[in-house]
Amino acid sequence: MEQTSPGWQDELYDLLRRRGVTQFAYVPDAGHRVLIDRALADPAAQAVALTTEEEGVALLAGADLGGARGVLLMQSSGVGNCINMLSLVKGGRFPFLTLVSMRGDFGEGNPWQYPMGQAVEPVLAAMGVICLRVERPEEATPTVGAALTMAFQAGSAIAVLLSQKLIGAKPF
Amino acid sequence: MATHEAQGMAQAAAPEFVLDRREAVPALIGRHEDFLIIAGLAGTARDIAFLTREGAHAFTMAGAMGGAAPMGLGLALARPDRRVLVITGDGELLMNVGALATIAVLDPPNLSLVCVDNGHYGETGYQKSHTSLGVDLAAMAQGAGIKRTRTIAQEAEIAAGARLIREGNGTAFVLLRVKPTEPPSYKRGLDPALERLRFRQALLGKA
Repeated sequence: MEQTSPGWQDELYDLLRRRGVTQFAYVPDAGHRVLIDRALADPAAQAVALTTEEEGVALLAGADLGGARGVLLMQSSGVGNCINMLSLVKGGRFPFLTLVSMRGDFGEGNPWQYPMGQAVEPVLAAMGVICLRVERPEEATPTVGAALTMAFQAGSAIAVLLSQKLIGAKPF
Repeated sequence: MATHEAQGMAQAAAPEFVLDRREAVPALIGRHEDFLIIAGLAGTARDIAFLTREGAHAFTMAGAMGGAAPMGLGLALARPDRRVLVITGDGELLMNVGALATIAVLDPPNLSLVCVDNGHYGETGYQKSHTSLGVDLAAMAQGAGIKRTRTIAQEAEIAAGARLIREGNGTAFVLLRVKPTEPPSYKRGLDPALERLRFRQALLGKA
């Protein structure tokens, strides 16, 4: 399958920065390549490479204690690594924003990706994280804009799921 | 360093576990108000709740095991104007030891980590942890790339550790080896949402 134009990803980065996000925590991922590269090149932002996604959950809670805003960029498989750490977000009522690039989703060719990919929404819902799904490029910026308001104005925990319809499936 | 010299000796004898945390932790930290503090669950949370009398500059955990070090990193990056201290136990740090690598590559100068290593999971009945069985968390911190790393196992070494966590030339890591004895008895609040609001109110003037 064709990769969709990455123009919306540059728009997302500009939107996140405009809305005060400075900490970009990530585990390297092709779906988030533009956001990660932009954060690494941005002297006013902090790109934090994680060894496992749960570090990002705690990192963003620490950022909030200090008055900063962050976003966790991860793949759907990383959601499973976050579950117990989300106790901190739910119990502490920390704002939380993550962008999840989906695998095991629309057109996935690797069977290893299905168990966690299909569990993303029920697992996040069980830990009190609201999921917003993006399937078309024109939905990306308004959805992340809504997620920023929900997280940092209302203090909610929000995951924006970037579907494989949007980012393209890997044809294994 | 004393610990490294002692490593050839029988682990069972554990000659390096001699300090009492109720004296060593306050002596190492000194004026606790100089730090923003994140304390990992169980023993270190009690050490800090007691030391600070649940001060608003301390966030003490009672769950989310493995979260203290990365939480301290997020706070240190958010507040380069303040000195951040993460204090956690050997069990908590072992659960997410990769956080040492995440921290080392960024090397924030305002972040210090203290691991109070009693070689045991005190909260669950003092089962031996890996550090009683040959694992050296200071060596792991050094291997992760944290350059300012030191093991403190004797009273005479505490002053050097106290200097290291206040120096600010890069991230510091102190492994404080203590006897497997109880932290101070202190009944603290366990609501993380209240702690968050209290911490932010004091630091930022807003909830």
